[in-house]
Amino acid sequence: MREYLNGNEAVAHAVRLARAEVVAAYPITPQSTIVEEIAAQIARGEMEAEYIRVESEHAALAACFGAAVSGSRVFTATSSQGLAYMFEMLHYVSGARIPMVMAVANRGLAAPWTIWADHQDSVSCRDTGWIQLYVETAQEALDTCLQAYKIAEDPRVLTPVMLCLDGYVLSHTEEILDIPSQEDVDRFLPPYRPQVLVDTRRPVVFGVGAGPDIYPSFKKAQQEAMERAKEVIKRVDEEFYAFFGRRYGGLVEEYRCHDAEVVLVTLGAITGTAREVVDSLRREGAKVGVLRLRALRPFPVEDLRESVKSARVVAVLDRNCSFGYEGVVCTEVKAALFGLKQPPSVIGFVAGLGGQDIRKENIEGIFRSCFNSDV
Amino acid sequence: MKIRDLPEDELVVGSFACAGCGGILAVRLALKILGPETVIVTTPSCLLGVTTFYPQLAFKVPCVNVTFPSTAAAVSGVVAGLKRRGKEHITVLGIAGDGGTVDIGLQALSGAIERGDNFIFLCYDNEAYMNTGVQRSGSTPLGAHTTTTPVGEMLKGEDRPKKDMLRIVAAHDIPYAATASIGYPQDYLRKIQKAKETKGPAYIQVLSPCPPGWGYPSDLTVHLARLAVQTGAWTLAEYEQGKLTVKKIDHPKPLREYLSLQARFAHLI
Repeated sequence: MREYLNGNEAVAHAVRLARAEVVAAYPITPQSTIVEEIAAQIARGEMEAEYIRVESEHAALAACFGAAVSGSRVFTATSSQGLAYMFEMLHYVSGARIPMVMAVANRGLAAPWTIWADHQDSVSCRDTGWIQLYVETAQEALDTCLQAYKIAEDPRVLTPVMLCLDGYVLSHTEEILDIPSQEDVDRFLPPYRPQVLVDTRRPVVFGVGAGPDIYPSFKKAQQEAMERAKEVIKRVDEEFYAFFGRRYGGLVEEYRCHDAEVVLVTLGAITGTAREVVDSLRREGAKVGVLRLRALRPFPVEDLRESVKSARVVAVLDRNCSFGYEGVVCTEVKAALFGLKQPPSVIGFVAGLGGQDIRKENIEGIFRSCFNSDV
Repeated sequence: MKIRDLPEDELVVGSFACAGCGGILAVRLALKILGPETVIVTTPSCLLGVTTFYPQLAFKVPCVNVTFPSTAAAVSGVVAGLKRRGKEHITVLGIAGDGGTVDIGLQALSGAIERGDNFIFLCYDNEAYMNTGVQRSGSTPLGAHTTTTPVGEMLKGEDRPKKDMLRIVAAHDIPYAATASIGYPQDYLRKIQKAKETKGPAYIQVLSPCPPGWGYPSDLTVHLARLAVQTGAWTLAEYEQGKLTVKKIDHPKPLREYLSLQARFAHLI
């Protein structure tokens, strides 16, 4: 079925199609219409789920945790300050190895107050142990939400997934979407059947305390699960393609990178603009490409290295800043390329903070400055 | 409720609680009434530290530990999750100390009560943050010495009265709420039974003396829990169907009898 919907509505449809059983959420712009639409679907009888109207984002994630350990597939969504408020629970959920999906409609962080898009909110949560997938379109938001449950619940992964979509640019912008049928989704995504759950016949403890002798082994297991997630993310993307005819490159999506001298690395919605710039510069004969990181965690080191093989310069566009250093993705890319025999130069650009528009001419300027650089 | 009619089965086994811990006694007694079809939801408090440290599980019921501010929020999630599985007969018991209830956990508790979820919230009140080293809480009584309300030239212990949590939960129009003392187990167990039978949220705050935190020999726990009531330092109250009843103490003992046994009040005697 084809419908004209925005990114937030796309996510709400995906949550219904995934048959999430418990939704706990606290509204925040620009995420709110996701959980409003889910509430409406439940009210109309189109979706059968418990909807917990919590009093904060911290509580939203705690309620999702409680429902998940009791055997339910759960969902929540947030943005910006709400995500920051969840910070404690982010580590808690990933550390307890609870597979759940949370949408983050990306928005800058106060102060100064802003409701507009950048990636500072989710990038600041890079080290919370969540898989982070950044999408480029509303369609990809829907599709990735379905994929995310399958990734998170894979017994080799058991790690929560943060589905990041740019505020307004994706959350509130309509496009024509293909909505899969419930039958197809049910075949792609079987019901959630946790191996361990709250059961009075088989008492266990969730969120156990651990001494210095055993704590590191829990953390090592988390790291190993993240490493395994790389393969699972790729495989699930391919499985999705087999079912629905759409795929997104797994961990990274290349565009005209194979012979590119300058590759621009991006996250999220700005990639579409970057592709147009690549096309126009290619028409002038400039060998340029764009590489979209779909996954920030786990970080696609191997795929990145492969994609920039021919590049002399790798430019990185960050819609975030690690104050006192540089854009976070830039640091990540540098680290990933360190140790190569003839590594490309890496040049970072921080742009588009707090919803500032990134225009074609800005991206063109990035490419041109890279060609002109002596490095 | 007669003590001899309580089930022999222990649902709290192998905890690392201090000798004379009032808190573990409160939980142990509550589970005698609530039985094995119970799920505990609790926070990093003394209770977590002494019952669920890997690979220990000192409960014969499932236990969901969550972050400090979130006991009642996680309770709502467990209630919803059990409902989805058709397990609504299971009692969901949120447990927190006074810090996890009247301070950092208050917002989540308010939310869960207001939503009307079916659960029991048990606050074992030892009147300070004991697990972190006896710092004051909103539930610390006036005059008590704690590590953050010490006694010196400029300060003489806690300078604010104890937060009246029962009236706070009552203001939510909660179906059932009560205060109790582990020194009066029959009264306490009757209230746990009432909470179990309540449809919707129920709140019980039970005075749980703490030997190291209050500074008294561990064999005095029950004695102090009784003296608190007999001297009027702690009231036994119930809030039901909009009505608050307070157990009247006809001939209260002098407060000095209660205070003088505890190091936390030594500067007042």
